[in-house]
Amino acid sequence: MSDQLSYEDVEAGAEIPAVSYPVTRLSLVKYCGASGDFNVIHWNERIARSVGLPNVIAHGMFTMAEAGRFVTDWAGPGATVTEFGVRFSAPVMVPDDDEGAAIEVTGKVEEKLGDNRVALALTARSAGTKVLARARAVVRLP
Amino acid sequence: MAINREYVGRVYPATAPYEVSRVKIAEFADAIGDPSPVYRDAEAARAAGHADVIAPPTFAIVISMASSGGAIADPGLGLNYAMVVHGEQRFEYARPLRAGDVVTAQVTISDIRAVGSLSMLTTRTEIKTVGGEHVCTALSTLVERGDAA
Repeated sequence: MSDQLSYEDVEAGAEIPAVSYPVTRLSLVKYCGASGDFNVIHWNERIARSVGLPNVIAHGMFTMAEAGRFVTDWAGPGATVTEFGVRFSAPVMVPDDDEGAAIEVTGKVEEKLGDNRVALALTARSAGTKVLARARAVVRLP
Repeated sequence: MAINREYVGRVYPATAPYEVSRVKIAEFADAIGDPSPVYRDAEAARAAGHADVIAPPTFAIVISMASSGGAIADPGLGLNYAMVVHGEQRFEYARPLRAGDVVTAQVTISDIRAVGSLSMLTTRTEIKTVGGEHVCTALSTLVERGDAA
């Protein structure tokens, strides 16, 4: 379990070190089952290609979940997320190999808000492409 | 291929009560690769200040999709799901969802618009406990791409 961050320790403008999260075809199959989103473009390359996609793509919500992990890992187990929003600017392509793809998330403390809340600006890239835009989370620290 | 604009403003019936379980939360946390004990161990969650095992922030999509799924599958809406990608997602939380919550979700189609060959469908889903406590609002924009090449 990561350490608990306190509001007093947070400084506006501070950069949060990047973390890289792996995503494989198995990740997507598991995410289909856990989320209930069985859209074929997340597990069937034949159909993904037939509808004009270059490959199977990760669920946008999988990518958002990894950005969420980045926030909660930074903030610690007692923190609660109060707002979280993203725009999906490009899909994460997941090739049919053992390595899959990686989603690299970075963040910055945008501002300290009242009520022990902190606003973070996030970025997420995969294979050099920005996959989330306008990604922002507000987290309340204990 | 276009989505039926007459559906803007449509409010779907609230879903049947959904019970948030520790097992489902742990399954979801496994699927996103997050090993945090607050998603699995009630003692660890309480030690961190939560009432019980909490759900990862994006777990709310499991509940909001169960609700918007009914709207998406509505044949009158005319959405071709294989052509759909997620455009935007936003959550506003009053508190984390946690094990033992029994919640319902109600979806409203807030907007449908065309941008070039794309159709954009925006929904707003309110997740409340059966006791009426507001827990989360989920705002989703789905994008139906134009005809496949």
